[in-house]
Amino acid sequence: MDTSTIKNNPINGLVTDNKMSDAMDFEVRSLDTMCVNESQIQHPWWYNFKYMIVGIVFGIVFVKAEIISWFRIQEMFRLQSFHMYGVIGTAVVVGVISVFLIKKFKIKTIHGESIEFHPKKFNKGQIYGGLLFGLGWALTGACPGPLFAQIATGAFSVIIVVLSAIAGTWTYGYFRDKLPH
Amino acid sequence: MIEALQNPWPWYVAGAIIGLIVPALLILGNKHFGISANLRHACAACFPANINFFKYDWKKEMWNFFFVIGIFAGAFIAAQFLADPNPVVINPKLAEELAGYGITDMSNLVPTQLFAIQNIFTLKGIIMLVGGGFLVGFGSRYAGGCTSGHSIMGLSDLQWPSLVATIMFMAGGFIMANLILPFILAL
Repeated sequence: MDTSTIKNNPINGLVTDNKMSDAMDFEVRSLDTMCVNESQIQHPWWYNFKYMIVGIVFGIVFVKAEIISWFRIQEMFRLQSFHMYGVIGTAVVVGVISVFLIKKFKIKTIHGESIEFHPKKFNKGQIYGGLLFGLGWALTGACPGPLFAQIATGAFSVIIVVLSAIAGTWTYGYFRDKLPH
Repeated sequence: MIEALQNPWPWYVAGAIIGLIVPALLILGNKHFGISANLRHACAACFPANINFFKYDWKKEMWNFFFVIGIFAGAFIAAQFLADPNPVVINPKLAEELAGYGITDMSNLVPTQLFAIQNIFTLKGIIMLVGGGFLVGFGSRYAGGCTSGHSIMGLSDLQWPSLVATIMFMAGGFIMANLILPFILAL
């Protein structure tokens, strides 16, 4: 284990090398990520199929609105088509209204838990990482979601892209402490 | 009905459905929309290599894998049963530019002339598939999320760091597509 990060970690005292406390687990998991919410209720594993159903809807939209098309992404970055701007813009508007309503009416999950939001902290990663991501996005014509969808439509060479993206993520994890944040 | 489903869907239909994924995941289980985290969970599950960043209980993030399996299944269903028989209609200027690089086949969602299996080990293939994938994986994690996490979920929650990330995603894309990609395609 890289000791430099351990020293920086305020909850280090709770941790031993082979047994990780829940607090430490949360601390690591919440780095550079979107979703850290956990349910306090224990569900059987097959409850996860509800997320798969949402994913299926998403996958169908990806293909049918040509969002996973390399050509559409090229058009977007050349300002030759409104299509992708329309898709992302509409999605953001619907998302903003949804989140507003969930917060305003304190809507709970179907299991009765309250829905949590966490303010994002700014760091330089959003600048440097964002730029690198954008370069890759225009090259592959796909962000992470569409990559999986492209493979499903028969573009098997994209498997290489996914494996390389996993390697890129791993490399980031390896060098994370040395990168500016 | 089936015909309407087979034609390409307009942006406002697609955008609205994607926007509704945000509340759907929140209400179904308090989950924040995001996909690139899967790449990290894959690292944590398969080769954590004692790297601190990957030492966490990835099983708690199992929902994210199910979500991605769903995307895969949905795309498969759409491609098999709702496929539009016509080639993608693109801006004639782009078609002309791409034709100059020998990219004329618009019958698939990805350009066959670049993404065919036999092109993986050409210089262009390695730059675009291996290099592009690496940038997507490295960049999205460095930024703390990808288009879904920052540009959809983050902006929906009015998080300004997500707006910074989104602007940089677009900046990177514009630089690549307009300034760098022409040289790569000319290889």
